[in-house]
Amino acid sequence: MFEHVVYNLAQVLFVVALAPLAQGLVGRLKEKIQSKQGPSVLQPYRDIWKLLHKEEVISEHSTWIFRFTPYLVFAAPIFVTLLIPVLTRYPLFFAFMGDMLGGGFVLALAGFFTALAAIDTANPYGAMGASRTRMVGFLAEPVFMVVFFTVSFVAGSTIPYIVQAHWVNPPSNFFEPAHVLLLLAFLMLILAEDARLPVDSPSGHFELAMIGASKSLEYSGRGAALMKWAGSMKLLVLVIIYLNVLVTPWGLASGTGVSEIAMAALWVALKVIGFLLVLVYIESSLAKLRLFRITEFLGAAFVTSVVAMVTRLAGV
Amino acid sequence: MLVWLHSFEALIAGLFLLVAIGIVAIRQMQALLRLFVIQSLLLASGATLISLATGSPHLLGVAAVTVIAKVAMVPWLLRRTVRRELYGRREVVQVLNVPSALLIAAALSLLAYLVAGPLIEAAPVPFVRTQLPIGIAGILLGGYTVTVRREALAQLVGLLALENGVFFAALAIAPDLSVLAELAAAFDVVVVTLVVGLLTRRIHERVGDTSVGVLAALRESD
Repeated sequence: MFEHVVYNLAQVLFVVALAPLAQGLVGRLKEKIQSKQGPSVLQPYRDIWKLLHKEEVISEHSTWIFRFTPYLVFAAPIFVTLLIPVLTRYPLFFAFMGDMLGGGFVLALAGFFTALAAIDTANPYGAMGASRTRMVGFLAEPVFMVVFFTVSFVAGSTIPYIVQAHWVNPPSNFFEPAHVLLLLAFLMLILAEDARLPVDSPSGHFELAMIGASKSLEYSGRGAALMKWAGSMKLLVLVIIYLNVLVTPWGLASGTGVSEIAMAALWVALKVIGFLLVLVYIESSLAKLRLFRITEFLGAAFVTSVVAMVTRLAGV
Repeated sequence: MLVWLHSFEALIAGLFLLVAIGIVAIRQMQALLRLFVIQSLLLASGATLISLATGSPHLLGVAAVTVIAKVAMVPWLLRRTVRRELYGRREVVQVLNVPSALLIAAALSLLAYLVAGPLIEAAPVPFVRTQLPIGIAGILLGGYTVTVRREALAQLVGLLALENGVFFAALAIAPDLSVLAELAAAFDVVVVTLVVGLLTRRIHERVGDTSVGVLAALRESD
């Protein structure tokens, strides 16, 4: 029991500590592909450190929502991390506190408050970004629901640990058509949800074209640091759910020994690096979609997930 | 072993359906042709898997003929005859916008499952459960592609995808179908491609456009 609590906290630490590194890696690799030098992979840590030591400026017209949001947004991925299999195959202490739907709600709550905070300061770009994010969000929502229901229907549970075990146990489960189609739909969902390239350009600096980035433009100092850190954590949490529960449900620790946990951490890190390479490839080879083409992108994701559901319900 | 074959075969069926839906909605001409090639490859690998499972040598012949006719010959012929259409890099005009076309495509695949339900009950052959509904979905989606597209070449690809759907459904129902039947059908496919390709080129030379939607009236004189 004691070990389970400790490992649960260890996996939170794993995500919190390594999330900026993952983001730095993506930034560096993208610049490398463009034949540029690129910032160090440690740059996000330096940015966060610098921002934490700067003075925070808050508009006097803003309300408590603006001040409260960075803490909530920072806490949301940590809560989700408690629920998902990051390092171990067996459920840890908090695993049954909430299921995948619960995790989705927590992330959606953070998104909701981010949108409110963006409108709160009356910065026009903030409201524009917030409304666009909501547009992408409500297009992504049906995909999320269908993916979620299909996954839980296939595995017979909504707890991510049990879903993960379902793909591993008879290995032929892994090649179910529903599963492979869900992988594609979920990948498109990650790209949309995290404001990645075919949907939004995360490294763009042009406010009029921003979708995701313009919501936290008004933050400075500690607030900005927390928002930045939370953004990279959200990406890492989504990627870990995708990899550990759906794509590569292998390599997690099955015992309680510290060495096994360390091995699992190494494996997860390798898997994440592999996924980031794919992400960088996608982001470097695709152009940003026009705003009204996003419906097509997410429409394709929706149809993919519906096909997955159909092939499953027909009793393959 | 058989369990593995079944799940791989189901996977191929799922991908086949996805590609069929992609053929309905994708915008670029070349990507459309590539999707058709992928679909034919999936058809061939499905045939190979079923022949491994049922021990029917005919299906290996079907796979080989499919690869030769649809993966090699059709793209080659189209590149020869309608090079300009294919490499024009323009977007294919559609009657409907992409999201509604996709939604209707999803509804059609549901319909295919509904239609196939009683048929599956009637024919308890091992692979019918996965092959038949997805094959019927392939037929419906191919026909839908022909109606929803406004360009001659895209309509041709829809027609060929329809033919793929027919064979995908047929693989499970008649695993001992002789190679001769598939050979005849594959030959037809190649000839149809050639005829449509040449016709499209001719129309392009005379009219300057092959958007079927625009060509609504006959021209009496030159």
